[in-house]
Amino acid sequence: MIAALTIEALALARGGRVLFEGLNLGLSAGEAVALAGPNGSGKTSLLRAIAGFLRPAAGSVGFSGADGTLDPEEARGRGLHLVGHQDGLKPGRTAIEELTFQAVWTGGTRDSALDALQAMELGGAAGLEVRMLSAGQRRRLALARLIASPRPLWLLDEPMAPLDAARRIRFGEVMAAHLKSGGLILAAVHDDLPVPARRAEIPA
Amino acid sequence: MNLLALLKRELALAWGRGGGPLLACAFYLAMAALVPLASSPSPERLAAFAPGSAWLALALASLLSLERLFERDFEDGALDLLVLSPAPLELVCAVKCLAQWLAAGAPLALMAPFISIALGADPRLAPLILAVSLIGGLGFAFTGGLGAALALGARRGGVLIAAIVLPLFAAPVIFGGGAIEAFSAGLGWTSGLTLLAAYSLAAVALCPFAMAGACRNALS
Repeated sequence: MIAALTIEALALARGGRVLFEGLNLGLSAGEAVALAGPNGSGKTSLLRAIAGFLRPAAGSVGFSGADGTLDPEEARGRGLHLVGHQDGLKPGRTAIEELTFQAVWTGGTRDSALDALQAMELGGAAGLEVRMLSAGQRRRLALARLIASPRPLWLLDEPMAPLDAARRIRFGEVMAAHLKSGGLILAAVHDDLPVPARRAEIPA
Repeated sequence: MNLLALLKRELALAWGRGGGPLLACAFYLAMAALVPLASSPSPERLAAFAPGSAWLALALASLLSLERLFERDFEDGALDLLVLSPAPLELVCAVKCLAQWLAAGAPLALMAPFISIALGADPRLAPLILAVSLIGGLGFAFTGGLGAALALGARRGGVLIAAIVLPLFAAPVIFGGGAIEAFSAGLGWTSGLTLLAAYSLAAVALCPFAMAGACRNALS
């Protein structure tokens, strides 16, 4: 599974405008990188390019495992989580229904979904429809997917924006546990990550 | 396993809030009720084109819930999640269309014989009308899915979907209508049904590739 992410000389363009060029970034197991840059600098686009949604204008994104280079399609399909501004949760379904589907779809189980719900302190909201949840609860439900189906590479886009102080600390513990077990985290943030992280700036 | 979970979710979403299939069925019923008002209430004249009108109304009713097929998942980010899985996106699209057929196409097909008979069609036509509606509905669901995927991100997507999809419905409407017409005239009807089945199978085989391409394009 993914043990390292290598980005070489990456350039991204959106709508004919070059967002950035010549981005080099490496990430290896157990490491967290906080991606910084002003609004509109291309943080979200970078995360989407790594997840394979955007085609780079130049350069490459590569994944490697313990035994060498991985097929990118395979690595993305089995090895990474992307949690962005849009959480993909359906307002009319209950929290547990949505999390169970997301967990099973990405390689977890019904039981792991229940455990993740407890870990994110959402046990009491399990039976509520997603539209009843607060912004913070919704985000925790989206983040619960990270725990419910173990995948090594986490791509997080402003993951903690709606979380309160106590829940930020809690999520910091979750991230620390993930890094300890050999996970990789790349997070676009404006504040500091609650775990020791290397800072990477998007080149202007 | 994964795809089964997706199928269950799609069915739950289709049947959940908003009652998509019920809406399509109500639309179908209302259209059928308008046919005698728009033409002639005399039973003989109505009977002549009852099966054809029922079949056409079904084709139109199957357009109704297409807008939600990809648009909702695209807007709320669930499509990202569906792509980031070991299952190929082509299969994901096929499962979504299959769910569309089960949730909306099948109830409409079950209504079709009753609506035809209510309009004055020969009751002996009922089994053929059901078969035509089920087989044709499968083709409608997959070609409709193609339109829904191509219209992703467009404003007023529903109208665009109808504009893309209706021309593609011409062939199955002709084949299905031809089979029913031939049967009621006592002629060989199997060729029409076979052509309809061929159209639906071709749609099932080819549309997922186009849908997956359209989804990837919309996400980029």
